[in-house]
Amino acid sequence: MREIRVSQPQLLPEPGSSDERRSAEAASSEVSPVRAFLMSRGNSATADSGFYWLMVLCALTIFGIVALIAFELVSRSHLAWSKFGLSFFYKSFTDPFSHQPMYWDPVNEHFSALPFVYGTLVSSFLGLLLAVPLALGLAVFLTEMCPHRLRAPLAFITELLAAIPSVIYGLWAVFVLVPLLREHVNPLLIQSLGWTGFFSDDNPTGLGFLASGVILAIMILPIISSLTREVMTAVPYSQREAVLALGATRWETICMGVLRNARIGIVGAIILGLGRALGETMAVTMVIGNTAEIHRSLLSNGSSMASVIANQFTEAVDNVHLSALIEIGLALFIVTIIVNALAQLLVWAVTRGAPARVN
Amino acid sequence: MKAEEHQLRARFRTLTDYAATYLAVLATVIVVAPLVAIFAYLVFKGASSLNLAFFTQIPKPPGEIGGGMSNAIFGSAILLGLASAIGVPVGIGGGIFLAEFGRGTKLANAVRFTADVLNGVPSIVMGIAIYSLVVVPQGHFSALSGGVALGIMMIPTVCRTTEEMLLMVPHAVREAALALGVPNWRSVLSITVKTASPGIITGCMLAFARVAGETAPLLFTALGNQFWSANLNQPIGALPLQIYVYAISPYDDWHRLAWAGALVLIVLIVLAVSLVRYVTSRGVLKGAS
Repeated sequence: MREIRVSQPQLLPEPGSSDERRSAEAASSEVSPVRAFLMSRGNSATADSGFYWLMVLCALTIFGIVALIAFELVSRSHLAWSKFGLSFFYKSFTDPFSHQPMYWDPVNEHFSALPFVYGTLVSSFLGLLLAVPLALGLAVFLTEMCPHRLRAPLAFITELLAAIPSVIYGLWAVFVLVPLLREHVNPLLIQSLGWTGFFSDDNPTGLGFLASGVILAIMILPIISSLTREVMTAVPYSQREAVLALGATRWETICMGVLRNARIGIVGAIILGLGRALGETMAVTMVIGNTAEIHRSLLSNGSSMASVIANQFTEAVDNVHLSALIEIGLALFIVTIIVNALAQLLVWAVTRGAPARVN
Repeated sequence: MKAEEHQLRARFRTLTDYAATYLAVLATVIVVAPLVAIFAYLVFKGASSLNLAFFTQIPKPPGEIGGGMSNAIFGSAILLGLASAIGVPVGIGGGIFLAEFGRGTKLANAVRFTADVLNGVPSIVMGIAIYSLVVVPQGHFSALSGGVALGIMMIPTVCRTTEEMLLMVPHAVREAALALGVPNWRSVLSITVKTASPGIITGCMLAFARVAGETAPLLFTALGNQFWSANLNQPIGALPLQIYVYAISPYDDWHRLAWAGALVLIVLIVLAVSLVRYVTSRGVLKGAS
């Protein structure tokens, strides 16, 4: 916006017999109050520019926060980085007693983040696998098929889902979901799908990757669904009308007219959900079992990058341990920034800046 | 031949249409029903554990029945007050820049993009950064560091919602103020921001509700406290933190307290979200009059 300056008004010379008027005025030296007020006001240039720079400063704090986080993480993880290098993320050691691969040994200062990377990836992708079909189905129903009166309440319920804190999801998961899995779902899975090797019966607690995958699915579902609805409503009506005019059924209209045009944004929504799942801490910490091991079975205990930080940060005694944990935090930071940036770009490409309001 | 083919194809297409509708409805039911079940279970379990002692007493040692979470609620209030003092002014300032001064500029686009990306950064990473920035130099955990961590989490959210609300103010209002000779800074503050203030306040409430439920950054900044504390330089309890500690503990009485705390937190958040929805649905100018 151009700066508008309020400047002093120019005093025009009075018409007519100016000499007598002026001498009369000079003699009385009396100026009307309005003119005196207008003459005394300066312009607002300094206040305007001060305000402008203050607002710029506030906006630049966003960059400052990102730079601050990056600087602190990099400087505090330097110890572990200089000690282990890149092999921190794929090395494995051997336990001298059981001859099994061991990854995280604070006592002997053997640190490898491999089981946490594995745990994060497995639980996040399991969550995505469970959430994406349901979220897309919900979005399609709400946008295209839903009777108008149901739309607002259902959308409100989905928004409430997104607002529930993750501790409460974790609380519910520990006391309702895990017993459910333990008593009913896991034995069924072991019986029917145990031959695949992904469902073994050596963990009877109900905690593990499956539990964390399910709770992550519940948590990222509203995000994927609401963003998908936004990109679907951003597709212009003319596309739907064109396909309908060619004689398509309702599903074909949705498929060819809407989903095909919005597919980039939908991919962006899914990636955003993935980004949220990667960084999710509290609910995952409560149900993933918290062991630093790698097993093929989805029913086995494990650990994720965020959960190991949450568990061990305040317990870490020596500096290398703390630095290793901060290095895991740095890896998490970089990965989520990249994933989120990619997702934002994809969504922006479809909605072109101002997103459509979905109600 | 061709007519039969057409008929078969038409039937196949109609069947697919029905199947797709059925699957979409099924997906909705699978999503909504457990959700309602979660809510109902929470309310049921929480309501049966909620009593006056919950709000007035501090936790009792394990093994003793009773006690409450008054210190956690008070601690949450202090932390959120500190967070709002940091997050709301800076966020609104950023929003004013994006909407009033920087509209269309490259800097504004970069700020907007970075704010959205920052919203997605895991809160535990923010906690590590504030630990490293405030806790380590101070030498101890404190409520101050917890408040700072929550405050910088509020900034991107408040910034974006303020920008959206300010964009809704019609140009005529700004132009009228400027035409009367009001300085630019005064016009922005007293006219534009004031018009959009219901929306801005609800945006702050949204960020407030989001930050009220955050636990991870408090794990190693405020640390949590079993006792009553009002000192900014001491560790302080917070409601979601206390819920987490009690939920993973082995004591039944603490589980009961965790459910009650969860109910209190949920009620607060549902109220905030409903209020936000109500105010924003009424429009910007309607709310100002």
